[in-house]
Amino acid sequence: MPDYVPHTPEDISSMLDFLGLSSTAELFAAIPASIQLSRSLEIDAGISEADLSFELAEIGARNSSVGAPGSGLVCFAGGGAYDHEVPAVTRALAGRSEFVTAYTPYQPEVAQGVLQALFEYQSFIGRITGLPIANSSLYDGSAALVEAVNLAVAEKHCQRVVISRGVHPNWREVLATFAAGTGHQLELAELPTGATDWSSIDASSPAGAVVVGYPNFLGCLEDLAEARIFADRVGALLVVCQDPVTAGILKSPAEWGADIVIGEAQAFGTALSFGGPYLGFFACRSELVRRLPGRLVGETLDLSGRRAYVTTLRAREQDIRREKASSNVCTNETLMAVTTAIQLGWLGTVGLREVGLSSARAAHYARTVLTKIAGVELVTTAPPLREFALRLPIPANEVVEALIGEGFLAGISLAEGFEGTEYEGALLLAFTERRTRQEIDNFAAALARVVTK
Amino acid sequence: MSAPLMGDASEPTLFEFSSPGRRAFSLRTTDLPDVPMDALVPRPHQRGEPLEIVEVSERDLVGHFTRLAHRQYSVDLGAYPLGSCTMKYNPKICDEAASLRAFAGVHPATPPSAAQGWLQVLVELEEMLCEITGMAAATLQPAAGAAGELTGLLLMRAYHAAKGDHRTRVIIPDSAHGTNPASVTLGGYEVTTIGSDERGCVDVAQLREVLGPDVAGIMLTNPNTLGLFEEDIVEIAAMVHAAGGLLYYDGANLNPILGVVRPGDMGFDIVHMNLHKTFATPHGGGGPGAGPVAVSQRLVDFLPGPRPVRASGGVGFELVRPPASIGRVHSYFGNSLVLLRAWSYIKLNGAEGLRRVAEIAVLNANWIRASLRDLYDSPYDRPVMHECVLSVASLKRATGLRALDVAKRLLEFGFHSPTVYFPLIVEEALMIEPTETESPETVAALVVALRTIAEEARADALAGVALRAVSSPRTTPVERVDEARAARQLVPTFDASSYHH
Ligand SMILES: Cc1ncc(COP(=O)(O)O)c(C=O)c1O
Repeated sequence: MPDYVPHTPEDISSMLDFLGLSSTAELFAAIPASIQLSRSLEIDAGISEADLSFELAEIGARNSSVGAPGSGLVCFAGGGAYDHEVPAVTRALAGRSEFVTAYTPYQPEVAQGVLQALFEYQSFIGRITGLPIANSSLYDGSAALVEAVNLAVAEKHCQRVVISRGVHPNWREVLATFAAGTGHQLELAELPTGATDWSSIDASSPAGAVVVGYPNFLGCLEDLAEARIFADRVGALLVVCQDPVTAGILKSPAEWGADIVIGEAQAFGTALSFGGPYLGFFACRSELVRRLPGRLVGETLDLSGRRAYVTTLRAREQDIRREKASSNVCTNETLMAVTTAIQLGWLGTVGLREVGLSSARAAHYARTVLTKIAGVELVTTAPPLREFALRLPIPANEVVEALIGEGFLAGISLAEGFEGTEYEGALLLAFTERRTRQEIDNFAAALARVVTK
Repeated sequence: MSAPLMGDASEPTLFEFSSPGRRAFSLRTTDLPDVPMDALVPRPHQRGEPLEIVEVSERDLVGHFTRLAHRQYSVDLGAYPLGSCTMKYNPKICDEAASLRAFAGVHPATPPSAAQGWLQVLVELEEMLCEITGMAAATLQPAAGAAGELTGLLLMRAYHAAKGDHRTRVIIPDSAHGTNPASVTLGGYEVTTIGSDERGCVDVAQLREVLGPDVAGIMLTNPNTLGLFEEDIVEIAAMVHAAGGLLYYDGANLNPILGVVRPGDMGFDIVHMNLHKTFATPHGGGGPGAGPVAVSQRLVDFLPGPRPVRASGGVGFELVRPPASIGRVHSYFGNSLVLLRAWSYIKLNGAEGLRRVAEIAVLNANWIRASLRDLYDSPYDRPVMHECVLSVASLKRATGLRALDVAKRLLEFGFHSPTVYFPLIVEEALMIEPTETESPETVAALVVALRTIAEEARADALAGVALRAVSSPRTTPVERVDEARAARQLVPTFDASSYHH
């Protein structure tokens, strides 16, 4: 086995001597003997790096990853996790050990690299959301949603939360899990056309937060003007869950009047990774900054007047405010935020718009081709962008299983979070700038074979 | 724009390298028909002004982030004795495992039949973590320690609720990390803080006083944040259980007890682990981490779902929802690539390697303490586990030197600073955790540096000159940073910066 501990037996005995001890067991004298483990852990003996590599290859072979036809699944699944381009330059820079193996920037004098990269990340998120304040990351989209709702509830002193069914079902579930602790009351607004209908929600009693997706989980463009009006009617903050990849072509949520914009930024340079680590982004209006969850980096000067960066407004955070903190978050997803700053630098103004456009273009083409298959139809009527849900003649989960054998990850079979709605059992497909006409044509042919069998 | 290769000028932001028309990106050729914007996006949703982010060349992008990397301290560069953070060396093979396409390229919505390799890794990791902690089952979903804490508190809440038992308070020692009380509030409980006794351990008499039928449980870190093992843990567990409460174990300090003693055997019911500490996954400059939560048998049915388990048929792996699950606490399965790194680390070390980790972590910490206790105060003066907490209080009274100054001066010796001003119960605290991966030579050099700083301060004070440490660091990419200014004149983005035109 490899040994990451440098101490030789001689080192150990001389250090023990210095401490006046005769064995390493004596180091644990403070631990009552009655509870000390009297055997070895039942964990296999250590293996070499070479053996580990073989084992990883063997186990990895039982996964179907996305990739080029022939070597991996052509990916049409999205729903918060997307197969976007990750160039060599992003991998190379984000993989630098100075970023990978640093701790939280507690000593700014030796952490300017991470701090400045986070400042640039915050600047990018500010432009993408249209809001002036962005924090330096949260765990993932679901965590960002929970924090946004907590902020809104605290600001408005009202625990009623109205959330669109078009927000990611897993995020809604996480919100419900944590509401068991905070006591927030969650109410669902339905999606009759694929977009949210606020009219069936009681507007006579106040709410702290109104939450909507843009585009939403079914890929539809929500009328955020209506959402803003509804939020005003119930006196709530408007929280928009944005797909940031669409920012280059869509009006920003802030322009529509959002108070808080959150979402998942995995699409900017982070691999699919079986769901994590991902990146929750969080932006808000200036007035809300004192309640901002998580770390915030600010520009300042050093003693000699040079530009420098530091984490700031720290009095909001758990290590200082303890039980009165705005959030409990400590370790976050800094490396993914740094990755995002690099990736957005690579994409630039033109690339970001191009990614949004190409994704929408691929979805537009696929909609035309796929809905020509007998028995396959769009389940929503609200305007779509780069994702859409299809009703199929056979259950979507069977289609997904069958198409893996044909080299496709066909999409997400809608189940949890859509029980009892017309969307249950539909297939949600997503498109990125990496999908070609050929791939879509081949996919359409395979889908036709599977559903008409 | 040209930027200095090295030297003491600051690095401009990426935005200042921008020039219209420059580009780094290139994308696949898709052969898709060109569709007019109006057919793709309804007019009211279309952007008016283009969204300008930045326009730079690949070369400038690489130059910029490489120079930023050079302005950053890291474990790969040198020792990082941050107490409570367990900044050990992160084996490279674990990062390579996480970069394999067979793992990194898997979409989280892939059906279990096509993600058997991933489910196997998750199930095996859960089993190994349960063996290490002496617990029955675990969830791998929490993305960091604090997320694990809140998950654990919700498990505690669900457990009591299922028994129709309404409890309102959670007990925390005054030495606890800030995430503990913050999580308690989010878990819907009130915090009851208890003091530490003269040994630096939980004051058992005080605990007895505050225990009652409204207490849901207690959160403890053991060894605690003073680096001391809670010697009365068996008695504490019995008292809390007798009052109907549960014991929560904050596993941030699990490193020194690997293979030595298990939280389950101490009597804990809920245990979170920080894989980014004990199991060597890199910190990424502040994250990602992973904070799995292991529980005793009576809490298994409440665990978050979906849970990867061995298939009921005996072959392969599947996802299940525990019968009384509190629900998801993460969008998917947790920080999977971090979990894969930890799985790799445990495989590499094996049972004996893990025990060796604990032994040497404790040996290094005690060696440091014994080598410094004549110059720094050692407030609870007895052998420690993984870290030692020293105090600069006497030196401060004698010379004016503060813990902050020690931290800043140490940077000039090429070491990262220890954690300072925590735990809150120690005045001018220096919390030093060397970990097992720093060699005796490195640990000795750290001691020499800390001794020099103390002696220098005494000499400066004697000579009546300004303390050298007060104006340090001078040899770092920037000097002391004006934190007050950052808070007073908030500049959170480049758009708010005076460097923006
Ligand atoms: C004792 C203790 N508890 C809890 C935490 C919180 O863990 P995390 O930062 O992973 O959320 C930390 C780490 O910072 C810690 O040191």
